[in-house]
Amino acid sequence: MAQLLAVVIDGLIYSSWLFIIAVGLTLIYGVMKILNIAHGSLYALGAFAAVSFTSAWFNAGLPAAGSFGMLALAAIVVGLIAGPVIERGLLQFQYGKDEVVLVLVTYALFLILEDLIKFIWGVDPLFVQGPMGETPYSMLGTISVGELTYPGYNLLLVAVAIATGLVLAWALSSTRSGKLLKAVIHDREMSAALGINVGMTYFVTFTVGATLAAIGGALTAPTVSVITGMGAEVIVLAFAVVVIGGLGSLGGAALGAVIVGLVRAAAVHYYPEAELFSIYFVMALVLILRPKGLFSGAEVRKI
Amino acid sequence: MATILDAKGLNKSFGAVTAAKDIHVAVEADSIVGLIGSNGAGKTTFINMVTGYLKPDTGSIVFNGRDITALRPRNITRLGICRSFQIPQLFNSMTVGENLLVGVGIVAGTGGGWAAAGATASSPAAVVDTMLDRFGLGHVRDRQAGLLPEGTRKLLDIAMAMVVQPRILLLDEPTSGVSADEKFTLMDMVMAAVRESRVTVLFVEHDMEIVERYTQRILAFYEGRIIADGVPSHVLADPEVRRYVIGEHVPAAEGTAGHA
Amino acid sequence: MKFDRTCIAIVGLAVVLLIAGPLLPAWAVSLANVSLCLGTVVLGMMLLMRTGLVSFGHGLYYCLGAYAAGTLENLVKVSDIALMVLAGAAVTAVVSGLLGLLLSRYREIFFAMLSLAFSMILYGLLVKSAALGSTDGFNISAKTLAGFAVDGDSRRVVLYSIAVIVTLGSALLLHLYLSSHRGRLAGAIRDNELRVEYMGASVRATIHVNYVISAVLAGIGGALMAVNIGHIDPEMAYWPQSGEFVFVAILSGTGSVFAPLAGALVFETIRSFAYEYSPNTWQMVLGITMLLVILFLPGGLWSIFKRRKAG
Ligand SMILES: Nc1ncnc2c1ncn2[C@@H]1O[C@H](COP(=O)(O)OP(=O)(O)OP(=O)(O)O)[C@@H](O)[C@H]1O
Ligand SMILES: [Mg+2]
Repeated sequence: MAQLLAVVIDGLIYSSWLFIIAVGLTLIYGVMKILNIAHGSLYALGAFAAVSFTSAWFNAGLPAAGSFGMLALAAIVVGLIAGPVIERGLLQFQYGKDEVVLVLVTYALFLILEDLIKFIWGVDPLFVQGPMGETPYSMLGTISVGELTYPGYNLLLVAVAIATGLVLAWALSSTRSGKLLKAVIHDREMSAALGINVGMTYFVTFTVGATLAAIGGALTAPTVSVITGMGAEVIVLAFAVVVIGGLGSLGGAALGAVIVGLVRAAAVHYYPEAELFSIYFVMALVLILRPKGLFSGAEVRKI
Repeated sequence: MATILDAKGLNKSFGAVTAAKDIHVAVEADSIVGLIGSNGAGKTTFINMVTGYLKPDTGSIVFNGRDITALRPRNITRLGICRSFQIPQLFNSMTVGENLLVGVGIVAGTGGGWAAAGATASSPAAVVDTMLDRFGLGHVRDRQAGLLPEGTRKLLDIAMAMVVQPRILLLDEPTSGVSADEKFTLMDMVMAAVRESRVTVLFVEHDMEIVERYTQRILAFYEGRIIADGVPSHVLADPEVRRYVIGEHVPAAEGTAGHA
Repeated sequence: MKFDRTCIAIVGLAVVLLIAGPLLPAWAVSLANVSLCLGTVVLGMMLLMRTGLVSFGHGLYYCLGAYAAGTLENLVKVSDIALMVLAGAAVTAVVSGLLGLLLSRYREIFFAMLSLAFSMILYGLLVKSAALGSTDGFNISAKTLAGFAVDGDSRRVVLYSIAVIVTLGSALLLHLYLSSHRGRLAGAIRDNELRVEYMGASVRATIHVNYVISAVLAGIGGALMAVNIGHIDPEMAYWPQSGEFVFVAILSGTGSVFAPLAGALVFETIRSFAYEYSPNTWQMVLGITMLLVILFLPGGLWSIFKRRKAG
């Protein structure tokens, strides 16, 4: 029983993390039909920027609590710089190309960003850590559930995930720009014909998506050693999540995150050898049973 | 004459749209049948059902005594029912010759069972040449299909249906996109090709002059139903046909008077 | 299917390469060797791309081929190179035969994703398989060929000669296949599946066959590479490896069976220089090259050659 509870709690914490990473990916795909491999690099950029920002903060001798603000700032700065630069500088010239070609374009971008990160931050592992070893991760203390103890930082992850999901769902359904966005998702040509500025929607969507990836990276930075290659590891996980849920679906990303999170937690507790295997097994299984993911409609071509 | 194709009680709807309603048609071998009807009347849906692209909600389709309702398009093709498309379906990156060669290859590769009658031992290239000749496509043989003018694409689309040596040929608007003065040339060419290999033809056409000239029988579609079926002179004089198919915007009485 | 000029060129190239082997400096033989192994895999990618499919999981077969060869030596104690490569081909044929039943229903991004999932499953299995060395993998010695010892000074050239024969043999067979009726269906399917079905051919069956061929080529390439490098690990199934295959295939173009071979050689040459002079910017060079090819040379490097020949 206790173990089952542990599986559920671990699973949901992991799900939250997955959701934060995957939601930007699914948003970008939903609107722009780009399956963005470079999402992994944006995540990594967020993590590396978090290291730089927090260490600058710590080095200035400022109060450690402010390092949380630095995490947020790092994510926003990365998102607001990298997002627009990539969208305006590269992607805007690619719209209308085949989906697979677009994947390859983002793969090329991924390769470039990987080395850019090495160039800026070097190849040695980095840590988000103050002079006394304090980290945002440890500062939030621990929380006990029965006999189980969890770092308080994990609660922050859960909160950010839920908040992100709710804000996005609300923005899509209740704001004017959200409704325009839905129109673009539904029918790009028609929206353009109706005078919606599709270029602008793409620009905003990509920037928001990039920022979400960077938030994922910045929030992860205090919990791991920040190393090159972390983007490659994360992007396949994010693919698994969004493919399971159905590419382009917000609810799907949430469902996919919960499924992957719980499956992985169960594997870790009951059969650790299957940790990675189980995730991709579920991904393959869902694709086999529902070729376009769980949340997706069928279409017949008229001839 | 013998019935080669028999559609019995076909129904098909897409949500609220009824695209086929209680369609009964028996087609005689070697006949030439015209399908008319305004936009959205259900002509293409009929062809789609006969060729297996759509399954009717109810009803059955029998070809030469065999029920083909549940078969896939390729199996129906192999039995000898081929079609062209309203929008030409070509291999756009290939040349005209290669487009036809693919078809010849498929016939050869699958043993040519369904085409045994016409498929003599001639080489693939020779079969392609014959088709190019018949459809007057010889001069564009090495041109890329995707870059051809619409009329030529239409012709190639029909030639691709013919290259797999059908017993029944269904043509979906063969002359749409073809300039007015070329329509008859095209139809003459198709009919000549068809006569040589004794094929039953059903074709969709909006131009009544063409329908009248080339068919022995007309099926008039309206809102998924067949509202008239018979010899051209009879069907084209039918008041319902005149109102719903020919003189769409003319009030019934005037329309009849005006055209009479 | 006929023995045309390309076939003669392939055979001619094989003869030249075989003769040149013993005369080339060691570094050139090694470079040619890995290029040939990679070239075999990319030949398979080319066939898939001609069929209109891009797999982001062909590392699955590359890795499987290598592990089949390695396992044959480690567990069954057979270290004959020919048998090891055959084992790689056989195992990948069986696995792709099964997975192809499923994958032949998928297209575009969903094909890419399901392939990716399968390759990551293998990766997930291998990193946790202590018996197969987990993340470290294991070493392969591959000491004999048809009863003769393959070692000492001659080893490099012998392995190279095997690679020449296997790779160019594959290229020859693939070329013959592509110019057959069935092979021509690949391009037809990429252009218009609907018409292919309406001409009486099965799109799924054709895709299935092409998928198996491409998987077997990847398996052979993996087994050859394993024998050559003498070491295998699960990274061979990790997605960046699959991405690399896609990369080289795009770089090469699909115009001719020579394209993947030339592309692989260019790629491995750049890689060996980049590793030496600028290990931390090499991926960036790749990325920029890839963007340039996608933007300006959609037909790959091969199209430059073709244009010159035409002009
Ligand atoms: N795959 C489909 N999904 C939904 N509705 C369809 C589909 N195919 C046809 N319809 C609808 O069924 C009706 C009949 O269409 P069909 O294409 O058969 O008409 P048609 O007689 O060929 O018209 P046209 O002359 O415009 O080609 C139309 O209302 C059409 O919108
Ligand atoms: Mg129609």
